[in-house]
Amino acid sequence: MADAAPSTTPSTGPSSSGLLPRTHPLDVRPDLTEQTAGAVVAKPLTTAVQVRAELPGPAADAAARVLGVALPARPGTWVATPAGGRVVWLGPDEWLVLDPTTTPWDLEPRLREALAPAGGAAVDVSAQRVVLELSGPLARDLLAAGCAVDTHPSVFPAGRAAQTLLAQAGVVLLALSDDGRHYELLVRSSFARYLADWLVDAATEHRARRA
Amino acid sequence: MSAPFRTASGGRVERSVPVSFTFGGTSYEGLRGDTLASALLAHGVHQVTTSIKLGRPRGVGAAWAEDPSSLVQVEEPFPDPMQLATTTEVFDGLVAHGVPGQGRLADIGDSARYDSRHLHVDLLVVGAGPAGVQAALTAARSGARVALVDEQSEPGGSLLGTTDLVDGRPALEWVGDAAAELAAAPEVVHLQRTTVFGVYDDGFALAVERRTDHLGGAAPREVSRQRVWRIRARRTVVATGAHERPVVFTDNDRPGTMLAGSARTFLHRYGVLAGTRAVVLTTNDSAYRAAVELADAGVEVAAVVDTRPQVPAHWAAECAGRGIEVRSGSAVVGTRGTDRVTHARVAARDGGAVDDVACDLLLVSGGWNPAVHLYSQARGKLAFDTSLGAFLPTGRLDDLLVAGAAAGAQELATCLRQGGAASATALVELGLDVVPVPVPSTPAAPPVTAPDLVWTVPDVDGDTSRQFVDLQRDATVADVQRALGAGLRSPEHVKRYTTIGTAHDQGKTSGVVTSGIIAELLGGGPDDVGTTTFRPPYTPVAFATLAGRDRGQLFDPVRTTALHDWHVRAGAVWEDVGQWKRPRYYPLAGEDVETAVLRECAAARTGVGILDGSTLGKIDVQGPDAGELLDRLYTNLMSSLAVGKVRYGVMCGADGMVIDDGTVLRVAEDRFLVMTTTGGAAKVLDWMEEWHQTEWPELGVHLASVTEQWSAFPVVGPRSRDVIQAVFGPSGVDAANEAFGFMTWQDTVLDGAPVRLARISFSGELAWEVHVSSWHAVAVWERLVEAGRPYGITPYGTETMHVLRAEKGYPIIGQDTDGTVTPQDLGMAWVVSKKKPDFVGKRSFARADNLREDRKQLVGLLPVDRTTVLPEGSQVVELAESGELPPPPVPMLGHVTSSYRSAHLERPFALALVKGGRARAGQLVHVPVKGRLVAVEVTGPVLVDPEGARRDG
Repeated sequence: MADAAPSTTPSTGPSSSGLLPRTHPLDVRPDLTEQTAGAVVAKPLTTAVQVRAELPGPAADAAARVLGVALPARPGTWVATPAGGRVVWLGPDEWLVLDPTTTPWDLEPRLREALAPAGGAAVDVSAQRVVLELSGPLARDLLAAGCAVDTHPSVFPAGRAAQTLLAQAGVVLLALSDDGRHYELLVRSSFARYLADWLVDAATEHRARRA
Repeated sequence: MSAPFRTASGGRVERSVPVSFTFGGTSYEGLRGDTLASALLAHGVHQVTTSIKLGRPRGVGAAWAEDPSSLVQVEEPFPDPMQLATTTEVFDGLVAHGVPGQGRLADIGDSARYDSRHLHVDLLVVGAGPAGVQAALTAARSGARVALVDEQSEPGGSLLGTTDLVDGRPALEWVGDAAAELAAAPEVVHLQRTTVFGVYDDGFALAVERRTDHLGGAAPREVSRQRVWRIRARRTVVATGAHERPVVFTDNDRPGTMLAGSARTFLHRYGVLAGTRAVVLTTNDSAYRAAVELADAGVEVAAVVDTRPQVPAHWAAECAGRGIEVRSGSAVVGTRGTDRVTHARVAARDGGAVDDVACDLLLVSGGWNPAVHLYSQARGKLAFDTSLGAFLPTGRLDDLLVAGAAAGAQELATCLRQGGAASATALVELGLDVVPVPVPSTPAAPPVTAPDLVWTVPDVDGDTSRQFVDLQRDATVADVQRALGAGLRSPEHVKRYTTIGTAHDQGKTSGVVTSGIIAELLGGGPDDVGTTTFRPPYTPVAFATLAGRDRGQLFDPVRTTALHDWHVRAGAVWEDVGQWKRPRYYPLAGEDVETAVLRECAAARTGVGILDGSTLGKIDVQGPDAGELLDRLYTNLMSSLAVGKVRYGVMCGADGMVIDDGTVLRVAEDRFLVMTTTGGAAKVLDWMEEWHQTEWPELGVHLASVTEQWSAFPVVGPRSRDVIQAVFGPSGVDAANEAFGFMTWQDTVLDGAPVRLARISFSGELAWEVHVSSWHAVAVWERLVEAGRPYGITPYGTETMHVLRAEKGYPIIGQDTDGTVTPQDLGMAWVVSKKKPDFVGKRSFARADNLREDRKQLVGLLPVDRTTVLPEGSQVVELAESGELPPPPVPMLGHVTSSYRSAHLERPFALALVKGGRARAGQLVHVPVKGRLVAVEVTGPVLVDPEGARRDG
């Protein structure tokens, strides 16, 4: 009966570092960038921690001390951290910290230990979402194909964030530049393939034009 | 085949680009830029089809979407039902034929792409006629974000069908320059072949763009055929022009009868003469232009029949100069001909002899209806203007203005001025600095003589049964009379009684005429009657277009777990659980579902199985009041749970009915992990947030979904301890009972990755749930499978999971319950705390109805024949003492909620909700299965290991 179980694949075999290998939900879409005419890149897995705190308040202050930057108070915005990460406003007392420079099991306890005594909370959500980068001249057209948010740089410049739908997937959309050519999309891991397939389909005309 | 009615020159068609098409089995040649209607008229073909009820010949009645009669079925390149000859552009290879009212959908899948775009603008301008172009230019030069949307193949609107001059040159040159300027403006989106078909609240408008329809079979496959534009505009200028309306008279449906302005369009835009000898019936000045221009183009105009006693002097002189007879105070009372008009029957309005005037073209103008559809959809009010003889907008809406002919403007100069002014007004309101665009000059228009208001011309014999109001519906003045005779008064009721205005054209030519006829018959004015409600869509939109790309694989998101590819490689058969794809079972070669599930069940009960349970909902609950919140939401006590322990809990609604269940892990003094059902994940989090935010905001607790953060794999069966020990022993885990008790959890680290192990069993067997970050899910799963090989570890799916839990009497919320089932009904009174002062649902448990002895209770059913698998949903009935079924209606005791074949019991079994079920233990009841009664024994719901001896291995 063990025959039903396929053998271990090379991509997930024991790693040379001795650490347990990770898998990315979009490992199976290696041609995502090519198939989207260069517009979409799946970013590496990134440490992400959801932070809850009253703002202003001691928990928010504690978070700012850990992150090196104040939690953004303005709805629909994000700020950069000194460590090269981002803090995204998700609600009046809710933020998402993205930090590519550390591990979840380092960042969550550090934030939690600082926040919990002050009435806040921190939860590791690193595996909850996948990050996609959209860039170039097609970025806004791909978004307009399925997202109702106005992404015009005059109203959605760098530093803006929105929780919205792209096609039928909930996403967090971040504007990274003021020229309407650079965005990040955070999508639930279980929806990542759907969204990748949708983006590839949305790029059909652009792909054909490029070919 | 030559086109005898094509003019020698002129028009917007490309005379050097012939296209071949087939209509009604005959091949024709048209020109690029033709519509099917203009191309047919160029060949002298007027009859397109026959009518839906009466089978009368019908032709081309207008030049665009207002045409009520020229319905065709496109067959090639792809079947498309109920298109208008007047809006279908011809292309090489087009095959079409007329249809009497109804077309035919393709019986093969449509392989064309359809898609959509969102668009945000400061100003949406609908219509690229003179008013719309001027409005768009003004907005573009002012730096606004603009959308100019027009439904024709090129901009110009009414100017496409005239010889007007703007700034001293042909109007279309002015339009062309404006279009070029708009194309160069960075913030302007200019869409042609795009119909704004609906206007909604807050400046939301929907439009459909026909991107490749005009290319036919040459359309690139990768380009979407049609596109829905979802436009959000801060202001909208409606510049949609006006529709000419007919006058109703006897036999007014004969091919060769058309609106006068449309004949101008066929002449000037398409270079087509709609006939050789024309009679023109008019109530106003506008049709004189058609008479004069057609005469100049070589059509013999036999007469202009003007219903007014005084004809306009300017036009009388123009006609006289061309030898055109003008008959004042007269009307067309009927026509002669069979499949084409041969005579217009003309008589003085005050009676007298009928003069049959020979003609093959009868042009009609009963005045103009401003195209107020979008304004009216947006809830703008209309009022009848007697001097214009038309329903007009009564003003503007907060975010929508009307300009040009749609607002009742009659002169070109007025349209241009209004377009610019409406745009400027909107831009000022938006805080933009307006750069005014000078209104271009236009030649002085001749003086206007007041129009006549004529809806119908009485039949000489009083017969109204051939006076067609809605040609598409074959509805006549007689039908309106019948409706009024039946007591109906409102045009809404008359519409539904007569079906007038319900066809593809939605009454563009018949609606206002019907209001006029009702007013005439009841005595009163059209204002007293009003119009029917204008609703989207303005013109028909195909469902395929609205569906867009949400079809096939992208119809609904497919949610996948981190292990999806492993399941694919293992040959899983899928079950759709909400949007999730879950393995239902993993058949080996030659296995059917029954065999595979029996094998998987046996493995879990005798060896070891492994399930991907990652779709289970998971909620992180943090804060000093975390336990308190859970105490108030679960029926049992959670705050007393020790760190390191696991407890099963049930959640009820305020009505005491079970809404979800699952296990709760106490992770820390101030932290819990709540597991929900797969289907309940989102709604349980919402439920908890709702109570927390609206009722108990004082509780110090924070909730977060971690459903996809954690993958979860139950490792199940007597040999599960061996597998867990093998994989996690090196990390320091001792899986022995004494070290790792039932309903406890422990954290460990596997090669740098944190893993949580919890002794939870949804099968009654010795089992661990392995929780790990989804980043490492594949690696940990594969370690477990590898370590399980010596024990024959068997991956199993949802079907086996269901059987294993049902054998233990564990209910699935939503399958064994339906929102009317209490914990007590499930035999789980033990999960309802007697000590807690309050929790959601508690008070309802004291309701008399919840205490009835004969409530439906969860029981087990064992078919006595040991072979029948009862269909889920089957009714449970009781035989009378006679041993027969009681007389109908047979009382129903309940129904089967879960039913499976059990490898362990070696017989089928079922769970059921049965009235007073627990008291019936040991009794025989019956279940009708395919016409026979199957005897079943009622038992307790726990059929395997009721004493719980297996859970510790």
